[in-house]
Amino acid sequence: MSTIQSIAGENEHPDVALVERVRAGDVSAYDTLVRKYERQIFRIAQHITQNREDAEDVMQDAFLKAYEKLDQFQGNAKFYTWLVRIAVNESLMRLRKRRSGKMVSIDEDLETEEGTVPRDLADWAPDPEQNYSTSELADILRRTIQGLPRGFRVVFALRDVEGLSTEETAEALGLSVPAVKSRLLRARLQLRERLSRYFHRRTRAAQRKLELKRDVH
Amino acid sequence: MTCTEFLAMLDDMIDDSIVAAETRAEVEQHLRKCGHCEVVLNTTRKTIEIYRSHQIYELPYEVNERLHAAIMTRCKAKRC
Ligand SMILES: [Zn+2]
Repeated sequence: MSTIQSIAGENEHPDVALVERVRAGDVSAYDTLVRKYERQIFRIAQHITQNREDAEDVMQDAFLKAYEKLDQFQGNAKFYTWLVRIAVNESLMRLRKRRSGKMVSIDEDLETEEGTVPRDLADWAPDPEQNYSTSELADILRRTIQGLPRGFRVVFALRDVEGLSTEETAEALGLSVPAVKSRLLRARLQLRERLSRYFHRRTRAAQRKLELKRDVH
Repeated sequence: MTCTEFLAMLDDMIDDSIVAAETRAEVEQHLRKCGHCEVVLNTTRKTIEIYRSHQIYELPYEVNERLHAAIMTRCKAKRC
């Protein structure tokens, strides 16, 4: 993207025009923005709160807050990143409420050496997820990511699942870029390690084949 | 390149953000002779791909519509 083009607005992010319309009083433009991001915001809130009811509340409150504070939104950030930051803060507030006022931050529970060195070095089956039904797989993925410290989980969710860049993830979480990078590496390695239990070459299908072979002899 | 040095480059490998040709050559050379690091790289890639392609927190359509409507009602009430 050349500077000339961005000045001309040709490559301008489509959200910029929508935000302008909302500021000018067009609520239907906000409807479009909500539609575009509501599912992501719900998922992010669910990753942080691990509670369906809280995530639903966060989703609503985040969009309402963003609407109210739209005047404070600076055009130099992406609307989506700004919105995610609001949702992250709302999620942490929910958690605090559940823990009766105890401070909750994204830095909690990171005192772990797990995931710095890979231990399980056996290869996985070619398409390991195919050995499980959709609901079994969802269950495995959910349980696995829920076991991660929140500060790792949320970085992985933003960066790898919802596709924010490292810089956007840092901005949305109020973390430095190096902090995001070190958490991302450990989150990825911890998830990999935990999923290995399910996805080894000797999955149930392979096991069954082995048993069949044994029966033949 | 040692395994530890490789591990430090893992994210850059996955995100395809190694710019220096020399570094890339070193990494590739390590991968050719180290089966462990190759497994770690491939299975970490696969981990990300699986999480990306299977959304684990999806709202049912009706719930999403109800929440969407509630958001818009509350926003409209905030105007004026
Ligand atoms: Zn190695």
